[in-house]
Amino acid sequence: MTAYLLRRLGTSIIVLIGISIFIFLLLHAIFPSPARVVLGLRASGAAVAAWNKQNGFDDPVIVQYLRYMNHLLHGNFGYSYAENQTVAALFTERLARSIYLSGISLLIAILIALPLGIFQAVKRNSLGDNIATSLAFILYSMPVFFLGLILIQVFALSFPIFNFEASQSTNVFVVMGDWHSMFLPVLTLVLLTVANFSRYMRSSSIDVLAQDYIKVARAKGLPERLVRSRHLVRNASLPMITLIGLFLPALLAGNLIVETLFNYQGLGLLFYNSLGKEDYPVMLAYTLLGAVFVLLGNLVADIALTVADPRIRLA
Amino acid sequence: MAQQSASLPPLDVTRAPEGGEIGPIQSGWRLALREFASNRLAVVGVAILAFFILFCFLGPLFYHGNILETDLINSHDPPGAGHPLGTDVNGFDVLGQLMKGGQAALEIGFFAAFVAITLGSLVGAVAGLAGGLVDSTLMRVVDVFLSVPFLFVVLILAVRYGATVLSLSLVIGAFSWPVPARLVRGEVLSIRERDFVHAARVAGSGNGRLIGRHLLPNAFGVMIVNVTFQVADAILAVAYVGFLGFGLHYPNLDWGDMISDGVGYMQDGYWWLIYPVGVCIVLTVMSLNFIGDALRDSLDVRLRRR
Repeated sequence: MTAYLLRRLGTSIIVLIGISIFIFLLLHAIFPSPARVVLGLRASGAAVAAWNKQNGFDDPVIVQYLRYMNHLLHGNFGYSYAENQTVAALFTERLARSIYLSGISLLIAILIALPLGIFQAVKRNSLGDNIATSLAFILYSMPVFFLGLILIQVFALSFPIFNFEASQSTNVFVVMGDWHSMFLPVLTLVLLTVANFSRYMRSSSIDVLAQDYIKVARAKGLPERLVRSRHLVRNASLPMITLIGLFLPALLAGNLIVETLFNYQGLGLLFYNSLGKEDYPVMLAYTLLGAVFVLLGNLVADIALTVADPRIRLA
Repeated sequence: MAQQSASLPPLDVTRAPEGGEIGPIQSGWRLALREFASNRLAVVGVAILAFFILFCFLGPLFYHGNILETDLINSHDPPGAGHPLGTDVNGFDVLGQLMKGGQAALEIGFFAAFVAITLGSLVGAVAGLAGGLVDSTLMRVVDVFLSVPFLFVVLILAVRYGATVLSLSLVIGAFSWPVPARLVRGEVLSIRERDFVHAARVAGSGNGRLIGRHLLPNAFGVMIVNVTFQVADAILAVAYVGFLGFGLHYPNLDWGDMISDGVGYMQDGYWWLIYPVGVCIVLTVMSLNFIGDALRDSLDVRLRRR
């Protein structure tokens, strides 16, 4: 198992370096220098060249890449000329809010999707199963923003129960307490995630129910309640660990859309605003951060699965 | 069989022998097609998709809504005579816009899927056939692409280079090839050990011919299922890009763009600016998901009813 983990860690580091090179080169090719953002559109070519020279934007790409990585490793994410702040400061200001939104949504979604999928598998082809499957299919095919708009229409405009704008507080603890404003953004992400997870949970539970050890458990007279809680839940939940890891890119995208739609001051909205301002350092740092997050998420999922599943651990 | 003698039935060589009907030997594709056609959701999916293709591409020949000239006197008209789905802020006809936006969505969807499957299956086939260092290098590249958040890069490229049908298709396709590459590689790994591949090799086939004539055709089932989902994902991606305001420019438009224009008027109750478009996106994507699921079921021999 140690050998497997080391090998897995080794490839992750190689992929991590590959990601950083790829994203840096891509964004460098698209936005070679922020000089125009800083000096304005009417600056002379000579002034731009001088600024580039002064700030090292005329060095060879490899030098710029190594310098950027060196800064990154020292906690320096670059400087946002459009916001006149360091990227690190912009991120720390908003990171907690994004983590809260995505984290609580993911948690609630898992707490709903696991029992729902098991229920659907146990009561297969019943009315409840069919309704849940149809709903999941519709939600799965629906763009997140359209789902959010329907929820806003129903719960904020037609029946003004909740706020259509997310909490604007800069304090994450105030945000946590403000359910009136946070209910709709969280619900949007939860529905999106449940639609994805419950389908897999259902099919994984159906697979487990057909296994011999379930028959053995029933044959030895174990009550159905214990068959489900001891044998079914634990085995059917294993593929979910991998699925959560694979779902992270979609979660990041959903986070971007939901933050934009509900005007929630998180990292997604920061990235969205940076697109309009051509704020290249923010785009670069956030895309890189997103990729590292996805990679680490998958690594953690793999390790967690190894720990949770003795069949993999001993193989 | 009109003339049958009363006493003895004539010897009929075409009659089924004892033990049941023997049909003509059917090819795997024909069996898969029959299985597909017997799936109710698949038929519904094909019908919806066919409807939208006809609606978007043939509809404008029969229905001429004003989607080009600003007409402020008739802006925000509710659905009624002359405008079956009302008009937007510029007085453009929403039904006409739906058709135009649908053209963009379907064109980008299919073209991006084509780019993705072409790139992906080539990389997957080469990696699977070559093995060793080539394989592990290509698979690490796949890992890199899978980790980069797809929507972020598509947005950045759309912002910088402007969005057209061609550019969005190429960008979406260029960032969605890793999944088909993995799938095709997996197929190729098992196909390349089969006897007919060894035979082809002995007969003198080079690697290119092996891939083109033997490996990819046999991985076709996996590819066609993936294409269906790729089209659905690409249509959703275009909707996201359009909704965030970085989609196609006038006189072109896309569905996401239309919804984002309508968001500002939700409190005024102008429902026709949002819901018809949203329903179109959901139905198109859902039909493709139905077709993909059904194709997967019908091409998977293990699941097939015999």
